[in-house]
Amino acid sequence: MQIDLKQPILDKNDALASELRQRFADNHVFVLDLLASPGSGKTSTILATIDALRDEFNIAVIEGDIASSVDAEKIKAQGIPAVQINTGGACHLESAMLKRAVDVLDLERLDLIIVENVGNLVCPTDFDLGENAKVMILSVPEGDDKPLKYPGVFQVAEAVILNKVDTMPVFNFDREAFDESVGRLNPGAPIFPLSATSGEGVEAWTEWLAERIRAV
Amino acid sequence: MHELGIMTGVLDAATTSAREAGATRLLKVTLSIGEMTEAIEDALVFSFEALVEGDPFTADAELQVNMIRPKSRCLECGAEFEHDRFHMFCPECDSFCTELIAGRELQIDSIEVDLPDDEE
Repeated sequence: MQIDLKQPILDKNDALASELRQRFADNHVFVLDLLASPGSGKTSTILATIDALRDEFNIAVIEGDIASSVDAEKIKAQGIPAVQINTGGACHLESAMLKRAVDVLDLERLDLIIVENVGNLVCPTDFDLGENAKVMILSVPEGDDKPLKYPGVFQVAEAVILNKVDTMPVFNFDREAFDESVGRLNPGAPIFPLSATSGEGVEAWTEWLAERIRAV
Repeated sequence: MHELGIMTGVLDAATTSAREAGATRLLKVTLSIGEMTEAIEDALVFSFEALVEGDPFTADAELQVNMIRPKSRCLECGAEFEHDRFHMFCPECDSFCTELIAGRELQIDSIEVDLPDDEE
């Protein structure tokens, strides 16, 4: 006998993500889900973002990693609340994991939660976490051809950060080809070239983000 | 390799529905997977085969994956068109204001089960 289900595979994740989205909205918290490869400078970008926005907004960070708490320690050293999620091998965050981290945060007094997803350009793209925006970071050493190889992540991102632009001369990165590929996959998405460590270009990115945070 | 996690969810849902219907065995699971998702057919099949083994209820089940071609509608001229993962511009008017109407599916369409009544 055939039974028609027509059931979304990720319905449990999506239902929980909707609940979280409602909780974030009720508390006027903007949630940013950051997607990138390992070593692309996610944590440095988060630290630079905190630096630029901490006077105006109350910020917390949720760190997703397969193991360890080194990233959360770096954030806490800046006096910013940080919660570490260890996925124990899983290649992405799901909303059930995020919920456990959100439960220990004081949402009422927060304006911005930055979620650092597991370093991976593939798996996190399929999972709604209830975030306001997914933003991806690509770093110059990874190469200008990445939009061609990993189109999915460039399509779900509302903005693309191009990090480590100070290394552009060393890595033969074709900025025009990169912009064209991103523009074809996701025509509305702004690209923010920056160097999280030198601070170059960070302001344009944080201003874009600040506008979005003020709007929730 | 998030296909293993996806497939664990699929089998949980399929097994629950099958048992609720009073089935004695799960025979087949049919999925629709959009090509714009990051789920790969080969990895889904591999995960399915690894997971059904060992439980007599699911051991003989087969998997059918229907891959769904991406399709968009142009918000400027209204044209509907199929495309690949990389090219979403409207072929009629070249606009980039398009809306994806198919290609991000991750769905269990149906299952086939053995009911006690089926057996002669």
